[in-house]
Amino acid sequence: MDGVVQLQKQLVDYTASLFHEGFLDEQFNQLQQLQDESNPDFVVEVVSLFFEDSERLLNELGKTLEQKTVDFKKVDAHVHQLKGSSSSIGAQRVQKLCIAFRNCCEELNTEGCLKCLQQVKHEYSLVKNKLETLFKLEQQTIAAGGSIPTL
Amino acid sequence: MVFEKGASSLKSVKAIETGKVAGTNNLATERKFSVLVVDDDAIIRKIHSKLLSKFPVEIQVAVNGKEAVDLYRSGAFFDLVLMDMEMPIMNGFEATKELRALGLKSLIVGVTARSSDSEKKAFMEAGLNDCHAKPLTSEMVKSLLQELNKNN
Repeated sequence: MDGVVQLQKQLVDYTASLFHEGFLDEQFNQLQQLQDESNPDFVVEVVSLFFEDSERLLNELGKTLEQKTVDFKKVDAHVHQLKGSSSSIGAQRVQKLCIAFRNCCEELNTEGCLKCLQQVKHEYSLVKNKLETLFKLEQQTIAAGGSIPTL
Repeated sequence: MVFEKGASSLKSVKAIETGKVAGTNNLATERKFSVLVVDDDAIIRKIHSKLLSKFPVEIQVAVNGKEAVDLYRSGAFFDLVLMDMEMPIMNGFEATKELRALGLKSLIVGVTARSSDSEKKAFMEAGLNDCHAKPLTSEMVKSLLQELNKNN
């Protein structure tokens, strides 16, 4: 049973670190609390939707900012969506960057927007990595016969 | 049905999502509350549906304001509508106005990512009973359903 205990501890510690480092906020907790036996993959499903959404939006943002005449309304609309979905799953750092991004849109600042896009892309890939690691740890814990401890 | 504050018995009530059409004559059971979730964001629809599924309510979804209005026009009834503001084709403001004009007196609660007071106020002018930031929390959903219970 030692192995399971170790895995569970690893899982708890890893999850705590994500909150500590500001990658995730309370909203992620809310999602975990919603998960139950009738839908044991709820969190993974919601986060997968977030991944799909974000990648599509980041792609669109890149294309829109490359245009000769930048449609800032379009850029703002995409960033607004990204801000919404990142806040829905508790991806705090991404959400915060979106707020800064929208300021650049308001200022019609293409250079600023491109910089923001780079930053958002970077933060997004960080949180994506972290979440994928988290899910792997959860799978390993369950496979070893343990249950996902609730923080 | 009495919703008590913090009652853990709520959790044990399995949400039975039936395909029953409103007006079904199963007199033995109380009519369950019917909630319509209107949002173009699949993540929000999923989260709000999940939140609601913890309670004995029937859940319907619409992906934009027009779908919501069409649903109502086709005879569906809702005790509570969770209305997103920004949606393509017909937004929350227009949809709320339309539903009120069509005679819907039920609770319509705005759910918006645009949360400045002035923006919330503007949305309320369409005929909302209340407006909250999204996503809703389980506490918020619980208190909305308690309010429904009081009014019925």
